[in-house]
Amino acid sequence: MMNMSSIASLSNITRSEGDPKVIQSGPSSRGIPDSLARGLGWFSLGLGFTELLAPGRITRALGMEGKEALVRAYGVREIGSGILSLSVDKQLGLWSRVAGDGLDIATVMTALRSDNPKRDNVVVALALLLGITAVDVIDAQATTARHSRGAGRRRSYQDRSGFPRGVKASRGAARDFKTPPDLKHAPPLAAVSKRVPAA
Amino acid sequence: MRALVWHGKEDIRCDSVTDPEIQDGRDIIVKVTSCAICGSDLHLFHNLIPAMLPGDVMGHETMGEVVETGRGLNGKVKKGDRVVVPFTIVCGECDQCKRGYFSVCQRSNRKKHLADKVFGHTTAGLFGYTHLTGGYPGGQAEYLRVPFADATVQKVPDGIPDEKLLFLSDIFPTGWQAAVQADIQPTDTVAIWGCGPVGQMAIRSAILLGAEQVVAIDHLPERLEMAEAGGAITINFDDENVVERLNELTEGEGPEKCIDCIGMESHVTPSMPDTVYDRAKQIVLAESDRPHVLREMIYVCRPGGLISIPGVYGGFADKIPMGAAMNKGLTFRMGQTHVQRWTADLLRRIEEEQIDPSFVITHEVPLDKGPEMYRMFRDKQDSCIKVVLKP
Repeated sequence: MMNMSSIASLSNITRSEGDPKVIQSGPSSRGIPDSLARGLGWFSLGLGFTELLAPGRITRALGMEGKEALVRAYGVREIGSGILSLSVDKQLGLWSRVAGDGLDIATVMTALRSDNPKRDNVVVALALLLGITAVDVIDAQATTARHSRGAGRRRSYQDRSGFPRGVKASRGAARDFKTPPDLKHAPPLAAVSKRVPAA
Repeated sequence: MRALVWHGKEDIRCDSVTDPEIQDGRDIIVKVTSCAICGSDLHLFHNLIPAMLPGDVMGHETMGEVVETGRGLNGKVKKGDRVVVPFTIVCGECDQCKRGYFSVCQRSNRKKHLADKVFGHTTAGLFGYTHLTGGYPGGQAEYLRVPFADATVQKVPDGIPDEKLLFLSDIFPTGWQAAVQADIQPTDTVAIWGCGPVGQMAIRSAILLGAEQVVAIDHLPERLEMAEAGGAITINFDDENVVERLNELTEGEGPEKCIDCIGMESHVTPSMPDTVYDRAKQIVLAESDRPHVLREMIYVCRPGGLISIPGVYGGFADKIPMGAAMNKGLTFRMGQTHVQRWTADLLRRIEEEQIDPSFVITHEVPLDKGPEMYRMFRDKQDSCIKVVLKP
């Protein structure tokens, strides 16, 4: 599989001879939770399209014939979660996956009947669902913590005016600047915009 | 050398890369002493602007010392010169450059054919800002090649710290142009959306130019506090209705001048449903930009007023109330900054201590901490407003 470094090497064909080219890559701004979110996002898309396009295979495997429309709807939901998980709003995507996991588990549980000939498959599916739910919860928590503004100390910037002489003395200090003719606007409205008291 | 390199969405790395080389007689190589992360770098971090490629070096706010020169500079820039490198690369000779419209230089974009296709006509080459604007390696690196160096760079004197001069490369002239193109009058109320680094510079510029009232709009307490320190009246949109408050401050007439220092990534919150709508469309690639601020400005601006847009827009935005804009006779002024048009004058104002732009720096770290700082800046953690990197 082509990794990002080899893609960077490939993109060198667009660069001039003397432009910098990557020799060795350093650590990414993407943390492990972010990379896992991307993996889960692609997984969601794969599963979602499978549910959308081949619901019969899933219902037959689980002894849930007749629920194809529901599986398709879950497929659409899964695709939505996948798109969100791959976006910069990945926390939303991951938490929507957790909610979806709950729905999936509740739905598959209904097939855990003693008269279901595919009961063994249902047990395996439930085990997989519980496992993926655990991964989703852990990653949703980690990603949310990593990207939240946090409760850390807030710095005070009340002394940062940027004006060595203070705000009052600086107001209009650049009135010597002559607006270039191409940037002139209509004359000021002040003289005519004062409200006339109602009669 | 080491450089911050784009590898994909939210994936910036401090890589070892080959050193840049002189490619043309008007080139110089700058040993970078300071560089910064710009708010518009976050649009690239989010992969919202097309034509970034894995392996592209980031950064367009840079200064340093000239260590190598091409043979066609005729002594205009020499080894040892201390220079600020504006983010716009300019030839200084084309018709647009001659009239001061440097950000639409006709010659500096070496991938003109791409820009012609996407924008209709080419714009200037920019450092570290996609292959649409030339695919030039950026300045978040130890060394930077500067093309057309005699026209592009601003020489600066020794004895003034980098921190006071670095922002001549972008955010100070950008905030200044935003205010200047609003043609601020002493009776004007100027409303500024966004109290990030460009917003902070626009606030100071509007104060220096003598606006009667400067109103700053944001929702992050630390940014509002910095805006207030600079002389602005603040509106926290989490707590107040922006339109109502602006009308209250202007006796119901609306601000004469509105400045958008946000651009394509307006904050998303359920209390402003159009922002959720925009985000949903953006995620499914049905819209590239989130123009909530534009909508609000058009709605609240005084008829006959002016809307100034320094915030970066990248592609397509919808539900822009053109009916209101047209019927109110609003004037729109926008564009990438013609940095070289303003730098000499702004350098003088720094030297005369009218302003000290270093007020905006909240974090100063070594270059290899850059990837982590991208995330911290984006997530607005630790009251982060402006990051300066030291290679």
